[in-house]
Amino acid sequence: MAISLDGALGIHQPALEARIKRAEVLANNLANADTPGFKARDIDFGAMMQKAKQDMNGLGMEKTHDRHMDISSMAPDSELLYRVPHQPSVDGNTVDTQQEQSRFMRNAMEYQASFQFLNGKVTGIKKALSGQ
Amino acid sequence: MSLGSIFDIAGSGMTAQSLRLNTTASNIANAETASSSTGETYRARKPVFAAIQQSMLNPSQQGLAFASDESPGAGVRVEGIVESDAELQMRYEPDHPAANEDGYVFYPNVNVVEEMADMMSSSRSFQMNVDIMNSAKSMMQRILTLGQQ
Repeated sequence: MAISLDGALGIHQPALEARIKRAEVLANNLANADTPGFKARDIDFGAMMQKAKQDMNGLGMEKTHDRHMDISSMAPDSELLYRVPHQPSVDGNTVDTQQEQSRFMRNAMEYQASFQFLNGKVTGIKKALSGQ
Repeated sequence: MSLGSIFDIAGSGMTAQSLRLNTTASNIANAETASSSTGETYRARKPVFAAIQQSMLNPSQQGLAFASDESPGAGVRVEGIVESDAELQMRYEPDHPAANEDGYVFYPNVNVVEEMADMMSSSRSFQMNVDIMNSAKSMMQRILTLGQQ
């Protein structure tokens, strides 16, 4: 049996990457909390994990040039979406600061959870390698 | 696409908010700066914010369709500072050294109450960006401990 480190780490590595990407999107929302006309965005985490699962199964397309387009990002239901505002302000800004901040904090916690899982995997592999 | 760009985003937010705080400080400091003509009088200054898109930073991607739509954005920038065109306050103060021949002086169109509210809003937003940066820092530090016992 061939040893594949990617396979051993499972879904947790793309999950951690998705958390980082979401943190970036939410940080951008918060930085633009006072920008007129700015539309708050968020990542559809489910769609992103679906894509990661597909990539793990080898169904993704390989890119050999940095200008090659990813077929999944051309799909209309791409994972980076616009938020539906509860209380849109007069200047067209749809960032709800408190909500975004709570989402950011929650995302940071979920990031820690993903990290714990990944760390557990790594520790497990190390234990197996040392043969104790 | 990494935790590092959160530092850039939060940093751009902090820069923008501190500039906003600067204009507020300038407006409040000059709230009572009288002059004898409408042209010379200080007018309230307001920064104009705009979102930075990733495609602006990466010109190589600009040719791609969807590129601007797919990027999560890269923070906020100050597009410029505009002067308020609200009406100046004209007061009758014949004893004022800057009074014109009719005895009137012009005071800036600074609304101090509005400026104070703006100051609170911008310092809150600044704090929020600092919090974001702290979270990103602790997330990054966690990554460094991956695989350690």
